[in-house]
Amino acid sequence: MKFTIQDPCQIVRKGFGDEIADDLRFVIKSVVGEENVIEMTPNKSNNYCCGGGGGFLQSGFTEERRAYGKKKFDQIIETGADYCITGCHNCHAQVHDIGHHFGGTYQTVHIWTLICLSLGILGPNERTYLGDDLKDVDVFHPESSLY
Amino acid sequence: MAESSIKIKGKKESFFMDKVKEILPEGGNLNLCLTCGACASGCPATGLADMDPRKFLRMCAMGMDEEVTTTPWVWMCTMCQRCIYVCPMKIDIPQLVFNARGTWPRDQRPKGIRDSCDMALRNPSNSAMGTAPDDFVFVVEDVLAEYQEAQPEFADMVAPIDKEGAHFFLNQNSREPVTEPDEMVPLWKILHLAGVDWTYGSKGWAAENYCLFLADNQCWEHVTRVSAKQADDLGCKVFLNTE
Ligand code: SF4
Ligand code: SF4
Repeated sequence: MKFTIQDPCQIVRKGFGDEIADDLRFVIKSVVGEENVIEMTPNKSNNYCCGGGGGFLQSGFTEERRAYGKKKFDQIIETGADYCITGCHNCHAQVHDIGHHFGGTYQTVHIWTLICLSLGILGPNERTYLGDDLKDVDVFHPESSLY
Repeated sequence: MAESSIKIKGKKESFFMDKVKEILPEGGNLNLCLTCGACASGCPATGLADMDPRKFLRMCAMGMDEEVTTTPWVWMCTMCQRCIYVCPMKIDIPQLVFNARGTWPRDQRPKGIRDSCDMALRNPSNSAMGTAPDDFVFVVEDVLAEYQEAQPEFADMVAPIDKEGAHFFLNQNSREPVTEPDEMVPLWKILHLAGVDWTYGSKGWAAENYCLFLADNQCWEHVTRVSAKQADDLGCKVFLNTE
């Protein structure tokens, strides 16, 4: 199972730079295993925006927003990753939407989900964004499932 | 190319670009463009609305004020700043875009962004979904109690609201409390296990700021001040924005 990383423009390029992108990678590699991370190119501070930022998601220019996001979609597909990890809410919404729209099969997941999964403390109702491959893995208190 | 190339009708002054230059440090370097095209070739918004960042900048420089202040492209550039990052002259095109947004009459700016901003102004939550402070507090307390019971290992987990003197003031995108509250929990667990001293605010808890995207400076400042004041009033040291 492979994972790729969407660097949020705000926290990386516009915020703390490659240093925080490396911190993010330290956490992700600790969680999913270094050998399972496939990077997009370019990435970190030189990353392409996914198209979810700047209000684009609410702007009403849906077709243009998806055309913008096609570049990101192609990048993700090229990695062959099963999961794209997003560290920003706008990225999550946009990467999820373009995956769906362009027929990708990858899942879009928050980093907090994977951290808790790796610690064995992810309950059955906290798995909205996991795919079938991870939905039933190491479920914490399965008896509390609402579904 | 010949057909779409821009015809210059003689020297014209750019009031728009001059105004933006005045408010940017170093004038945003807006005069230094080498027309190399590095910005446009790596911009995902290139080609949308028949525009790209170099073309937009050239049109600004040539005084085509009407065109640059009416093109819908300014709502398709995400102000991601990749163009600045790759530009040899570090030209601040996104600030041109932001200020071009601000020239639009407010009622003609994209409705979705405007409505989200207006929602945030309705109550002190700052939520683009209009969620009131009481509703947020209720959801957080309710979800927390549920998890403390269902997962006894986390019986001591907290999700404080307005905790005086907490180190971190954490805000929260409205989507979780409103539409998928269970998604708040993994983060609470991580903070709990890491022993982090944090709090939400009953005011200014929402992380999103659509007034910023709307280029409505007054409302943007208002929303930001509500959040910052709550963090200050509680005596928090670090403001953590999850957006
Ligand atoms: S990258 Fe900079 S110098 Fe090159 S065309 Fe764009 S704005 Fe001009
Ligand atoms: S800030 Fe705008 S113009 Fe610059 S690279 Fe990003 S989308 Fe393109």
